[in-house]
Amino acid sequence: MTTEMALEGVRVLDLTHHYSGPFCTKLLADYGADVIKVEKPGTGDPTRSIGPFLDDDPHPEKSGLFFHLNTNKRSITLNLKSEGGKRIFKDLVATADVVVESFRPHVMAGLGLGYDELKTIRPNLVMTSISSFGQTGPYAEFKATELIIYGMGGAMYNAGVPDREPVSYGIPTAVFQGGGAAAAGTMGALYGATFNDVGQHVDVSIMETLLGSVDRRIAALLSYEYSGEVGGRESMGGGFATGYFPCQDGYFVMAGSGNIMFPRLVKMMGDPEPLQDPAFLTPAGASDPDLRDLFEAVLIGWSMDHTKQEIIQLGEENGLICAAVNDMEGVFNDRHLNERGVFTDIDHPVMGSIRSLGRPFVMEQTPWKLRRPAPLIGQHNVEILKDLGHTSEAIVQFKQNGVI
Amino acid sequence: MPKLPLDGIRIIDFTVVIAGPAATAKLGDMGAEVIRIESIQEIGTGARTTRAKITKEQMETSPIQRRAYPDGDPGERPWNRGAGFNAHSRNKLCMTVDLKKPEGLEILEKLVAQSDVLIENHATDYMERKGITYDWLKKIKPDIIMVRMPGWGTHGPYAYWRTFGSTAEGHIGRSALSGYQDMDSSHIPWVFPADANAGTIAAFATTAALYHRKKTGKGQMIDLALAENILNILGAPFLDYTMNGRITENPGNRHPSAAPHGTYPTKGEDRWINITVTNDAEWNGFCEAIGNPTWTQNENYASTGSRWENQDSLDEHIQSWTKEQDHFDAMHLLQSHGVPAGPVMDAGDAVRDPHLEARGYFEAVNHSEIGVHRYPGMFFKFSETPLKIRRPAPRLGEDNEYVYKELLKYSDEEYSQFEQDGHIGMDYAPHVP
Repeated sequence: MTTEMALEGVRVLDLTHHYSGPFCTKLLADYGADVIKVEKPGTGDPTRSIGPFLDDDPHPEKSGLFFHLNTNKRSITLNLKSEGGKRIFKDLVATADVVVESFRPHVMAGLGLGYDELKTIRPNLVMTSISSFGQTGPYAEFKATELIIYGMGGAMYNAGVPDREPVSYGIPTAVFQGGGAAAAGTMGALYGATFNDVGQHVDVSIMETLLGSVDRRIAALLSYEYSGEVGGRESMGGGFATGYFPCQDGYFVMAGSGNIMFPRLVKMMGDPEPLQDPAFLTPAGASDPDLRDLFEAVLIGWSMDHTKQEIIQLGEENGLICAAVNDMEGVFNDRHLNERGVFTDIDHPVMGSIRSLGRPFVMEQTPWKLRRPAPLIGQHNVEILKDLGHTSEAIVQFKQNGVI
Repeated sequence: MPKLPLDGIRIIDFTVVIAGPAATAKLGDMGAEVIRIESIQEIGTGARTTRAKITKEQMETSPIQRRAYPDGDPGERPWNRGAGFNAHSRNKLCMTVDLKKPEGLEILEKLVAQSDVLIENHATDYMERKGITYDWLKKIKPDIIMVRMPGWGTHGPYAYWRTFGSTAEGHIGRSALSGYQDMDSSHIPWVFPADANAGTIAAFATTAALYHRKKTGKGQMIDLALAENILNILGAPFLDYTMNGRITENPGNRHPSAAPHGTYPTKGEDRWINITVTNDAEWNGFCEAIGNPTWTQNENYASTGSRWENQDSLDEHIQSWTKEQDHFDAMHLLQSHGVPAGPVMDAGDAVRDPHLEARGYFEAVNHSEIGVHRYPGMFFKFSETPLKIRRPAPRLGEDNEYVYKELLKYSDEEYSQFEQDGHIGMDYAPHVP
């Protein structure tokens, strides 16, 4: 018996590249949609040239980033600037439910493939356009990267140490948030298109998905509106028992402040005398620098005698919220993630078997399934074109004419 | 005007803190009727407030609290006035019920029978202790969709551990990949995409399950672990480890192979611009934009590789230019030369930003206890059924009459009884701090 998948029967044409768009379409593909990734002949998705690469060999079929972002998709190469390429693309649109693209806003209409054109081919089409700043407005054509977009849309201004430059998310993150939001919007629009007969052009501005990000940014915006005050990079109000602290073999993170957690923390450390002062539990005490120094001296004196694992175990027993600050080796070996089946060994025709990340969540009745690894560039040209009724001879011709 | 996409879908919202409310915000925006379940007997792990009856004096001890209330005033019902709750609770309804009393579960049962989805993000044991399990829901409504989003998921060795975004991200390795390159891990920024990301992906999961249900008639259970979900964006560093045995380094504000790429001071106090140059065309655009000073001709900066090798001295030169610039003017200048650049915007910059203004991002909304303010708007725009803030965040218990009388068909007498028994109200009980 084959297990059904939630988005079985949904066809998506994927004109995206880099991070946000492929993450959006990966979610659709991972839960059952037939995602046809349309790549530029020759080089394909630029993500193929971004590392890490297997054995550090910068080969277009060995990018780990591409491998992760494109599971369960098929690939066709199409030159969308050629008339033949446009014709094939439009024939595919006629069979599709969703088109997702992440070019700069002028590009699709410039190719004659804007939403207004495509919906004449496929009524009730959902077209999702993902861009840094949205399809309209004075910044629409501006260029951005993870750092730029996080600085403009995200909480960067409030992140870091006072008196220094604000600090980014580090590893690309904001671009994934934009892609996830695009998947949610696409899915909502697809629901309406399928069951209420209303197609939709979904305009996703990554900047706006960050502004609305329920991570403190959205609250900071409304706090400014309410009070006229901007918060800086001061201590973020967690209190001094909340944060990252050193221990014997690295660092741990905990939320140990407040009237409930702080006494648990003190008990966990064996009730050290200096922390018995009731001043620690008063609102004034929570911002007193002398008490902070005293607390940190006691805590670090204790934590440097304990390993991450010991602290987490004690924290769990004492009802504290804490965790290790792990690197990927710690993640790879983590017993919970391994037992839950977070990791999947994926066979790839060029890379071999690679242990990778599987599902981002569990749908119990329609589970995530790996149907195919990330596609080789143009791997599915022949099968897709044959499905459209093209002969082997015609396909050879397309290849010679630079259409595919 | 055609219906919004999720019009007619009813969602029972048991969410708390951040990640869960982020999910239901998107579902409400797309037209679902989201009914928040709250209690006047406890604030719990509140999305609404951590201190129901905060006084002006208490607010003053915390700058974050002070900024969170309109005009620094907690008002008569502070729990309806906080920025955190009001920012993401637009387009949601609120009913109150005390689930610690036996008839509380009976009231919920009636609502479940008329709903499509129940979403919660408590610690795993919380719902189980209340008896609100997928099996219980399914008996009442066979095609119900239950979305659970505890930190570690509903099974596995850590299933009952408590976590926040902060501890989840520490554990799954994102924290170690962020922060200043030259400072130790004590200074990792206290900002967590895990919550927002889980909320967004839960909204996707919910709509995917609704789609499947409409096609097949089958509901289901979704187990979305906050920690696993944010791990899923770390494919590159995870594969660097599994493929090459390498621990990816935190890039800070720099790029692993290109320069300049960083955050530079501009005119004004605590004003900054991000500039990222990843190829020769952008570098040439940058040099031209700043007037081709002689240092740009230095062969140390002639190629992407050499710029990256010499980025410390390169950054010094760039700073000497940016220090004399306004952060927005410099963005416009550099962008006009094809260079990705943008200011680090504080909340005021965003609220005043002409681009966001032109796109109508902020929406003016009248809240009955606060008056008119401009609120952060939609996560995405729809062309045929524009999404917008249809109603402000609900006051505590604001929709009790609608839910109890119209939906659940309780009589006026029963309604009064529920009021007396502490289920229904718009004020927290006297014992709630």
